[in-house]
Amino acid sequence: MLDSDRPLVSIDNLRVEFKGEDGPIVAVENVSFTIAPGETVCVVGESGSGKSVTSLSLMRLVEFGGGEITGGRLEFARDSGTTDLAHADPDTMRSIRGDEIGMIFQEPMTSLNPVFTIERQMTDGLRVHRGLSAGKARARALELLQQVRIPEPERRLKQYPHELSGGMRQRVVIAMAMACEPRLLIADEPTTALDVTIQAEILSLIDRLKRETGMAVLFITHDMAVVAQMADRVVVMFRGNLVEEGPVEEIFTNPKQDYTRALLAAVPRLGEMRGKPAPEPMRLIGAEPARSAPVPAAKPKPLLEVSNLTTRYPVKGGLFRRTIANVHAVEDVSFTINKGETLALVGESGCGKSSCGRSILRLTEPSSGQVLLDRSDITSLNDRDLRRAWRDMQMVFQDPFASLNPYMRLSEQVAEPLINFQLAAGSELKDRIATLFDRVELPRSFMTRFPHELSGGQRQRVAIARALAVNPKLIIADEAVSALDVSVQAQVLNLMMELQAELGVSFLFISHDMAVVERVSHRVGVMYLGRLVEIGSRAQVFENPQHPYTRSLMSAVPIADPTRRSIREDVQFRPIPSPVFPLGHEPGASEYDEVSPGHLVLKNGLGASVQ
Amino acid sequence: MKLPAAFRNSKGMIGAVLVLAILLVAVIAPMLIPDDWATRMDMRARLSPPTWAHPLGTDQLGRDLMYRVLLGAHTSVFIASSAVLMSIVIGLPLGLISGYVGRMTDNVLMRLVDTLLSFPALLLALTISAVLGPNLQNTIIAIGIAFTPYLARIIRGEALRVSHMPYVEAARTAGNSDRRLIVRHILPNIMPAVIVQSTISLAFAILAEAGLSFLGLGTQPPDASWGLMIQASRDYLDRAPWTALVPGAAVALTVLGLNMFGDALRDALDPRSKGAS
Repeated sequence: MLDSDRPLVSIDNLRVEFKGEDGPIVAVENVSFTIAPGETVCVVGESGSGKSVTSLSLMRLVEFGGGEITGGRLEFARDSGTTDLAHADPDTMRSIRGDEIGMIFQEPMTSLNPVFTIERQMTDGLRVHRGLSAGKARARALELLQQVRIPEPERRLKQYPHELSGGMRQRVVIAMAMACEPRLLIADEPTTALDVTIQAEILSLIDRLKRETGMAVLFITHDMAVVAQMADRVVVMFRGNLVEEGPVEEIFTNPKQDYTRALLAAVPRLGEMRGKPAPEPMRLIGAEPARSAPVPAAKPKPLLEVSNLTTRYPVKGGLFRRTIANVHAVEDVSFTINKGETLALVGESGCGKSSCGRSILRLTEPSSGQVLLDRSDITSLNDRDLRRAWRDMQMVFQDPFASLNPYMRLSEQVAEPLINFQLAAGSELKDRIATLFDRVELPRSFMTRFPHELSGGQRQRVAIARALAVNPKLIIADEAVSALDVSVQAQVLNLMMELQAELGVSFLFISHDMAVVERVSHRVGVMYLGRLVEIGSRAQVFENPQHPYTRSLMSAVPIADPTRRSIREDVQFRPIPSPVFPLGHEPGASEYDEVSPGHLVLKNGLGASVQ
Repeated sequence: MKLPAAFRNSKGMIGAVLVLAILLVAVIAPMLIPDDWATRMDMRARLSPPTWAHPLGTDQLGRDLMYRVLLGAHTSVFIASSAVLMSIVIGLPLGLISGYVGRMTDNVLMRLVDTLLSFPALLLALTISAVLGPNLQNTIIAIGIAFTPYLARIIRGEALRVSHMPYVEAARTAGNSDRRLIVRHILPNIMPAVIVQSTISLAFAILAEAGLSFLGLGTQPPDASWGLMIQASRDYLDRAPWTALVPGAAVALTVLGLNMFGDALRDALDPRSKGAS
């Protein structure tokens, strides 16, 4: 047996380089830390910090991506003694990978081979590393599926990856990583692509397996809340360097480095807005405090009134591509946004929140319902009038890398709405664009640049500048900060709140992130299966959630505070049913109970299915 | 004027020089070399290997291969580039409209294209050429039409992909009309695919012209075209391989030059390849 005082892994002065066009690029340097047996070490950092490269180096997988370990030692304690993985030969590495070190990747769909059954994928490793016969391997696979608590494990063995839900797929991936009882499990952003309830399930599963088997876990993540829930010790990385290392409580309560402090300050924590009447910009370290915060209007005037909005997408099939079913993306949704206020729509993927936002703009045509913007009916406009109506409502998209035309200079893209709506021309146009760049705090020298020359956060600022160009009354922000690093996310959120305070613009803020929503919104609507299941003021929904789905959603959110761990118990949420219904299916209208003034909770149909 | 960065590397440079040289030959050779030099037969020197008198050798009728390849450039390059240009002029709007408008329009246009696609390109060109009669102009039309469906298909796919990009939706909400949306946002983003496909098409067009000529519908003997020369060399490959190698090298150099030039052109148009400025 291994000596428990000795570290399982000891990384010493690791340096990894990638070949670039102009000489080598250093991805990681001077990184040293250890992992003790049975310990969870979280490596946390923003994109480009080298956290994934570090984990891939340990498996020597970094070489398959064009990288090279050019310095340092990676000592791994085996039964036969200590091996330096940085200099191990390929045969040794093959016997370690998947046997003594298991790995879980980010995307559960792509880390399973779609053409093999679950059984085939699970037994492969067992037969190679353990030399088990087919029958024994199958029995072991079944045992593993039971260990990760997949319902009906016998049936799963015969299924293909596409037949399983995202959460189940990730359970299979974990079961595969556990197959040979590794002493170290490397999990590279294993829950980033998952919904929050599934994330909670997977986190609790990894934690339970760790306790049951005594294996160590190297957990790579960008999410401080996940770190707080999972870690025994934390390694903070920034631009290829190790910034700080320490026990999780120490890092969260008493961070020593400025970068760690800044990172923690940028993380919104669910519950920290309790008792506050209005959204509040985040206090960022190193940045001047936000100039102004949005205040609730004294006499709210409605700006956007959505009533009975329904959007369905046809599912085509058969020889003649007829419509054979409908996806009920948005089902009888009604709400109002007041002038100068932010309404947040939250929910998990596929709940219809994005479709709802797109239907309001009519980027997706709603099937029925009415949308009034300042009392004028958007739904009945023809194409030309609709284009004119977009002067008053604009959209900011999720992916800043895809929402700007790569072939156009930034100033041209921001100028487009001004030119098209004939709001400015000539020197006035130039001034307006310059002012907009100032407004979103981008240097004017960026005006002549192309999108690829900017970082994600800077691009999102350009997208906001473009939306602001026409002085819209409403901006629909569809997951506008989800693709950004947490410190950048905080800056963009603060910018949006500041703009709201100064310009009185209203936001429809669509997001899956409850903590962010709590920070920015006046009112909150929770969506589930196309319906608005609960809507009310932020305080009403967050402090007194009534609908069972809202409650389960809130309980699943990891909190960025290691003293408030909620994942210890194994949890399983009910999977979200399919929103595809046969043609002619007419679900009933949404009926609500008003539990307190302005706080509506859906009463029909769904209550039973989520509890 | 400064050359775009994409042309300053060796690959782009070679491509540009090759394409320029071939164009120059195609334009200038017919002015400098009398027509009959390529058709003058020297029966005593049939299938002669390269000598001082015939630097690139002669063909089965004792015609000088150097002059034939220089004069043939005009026919081959002119026919191929006109045909490809024609397929772009028809295929680009067809694919763009199909991909952008979608629905019924897409269905109708694409079934049309599928019908054309179901005939082998050469057979289609052959039929068109046979109906219209064998001359230079009809050869161009025939090859141009035969190549259109391939281009239209590729452009439609690209247009479909690009028109669903968030930046196109953002541009739509910025008040752009359909026309402006297509011209300013979709077109520049599908140009890389158009350029790559066009350079490949050009190579195939040269060979397609050869095929038509072989069947007696393209260039008429004794006029020279590269394709015709390759076809004619078929029977003498064992005895006089240079008869195939000389025009073959001309086609290969053209295709190579076009590919390199096309890649460089694509990079030159892409702001991302210029690096941080």
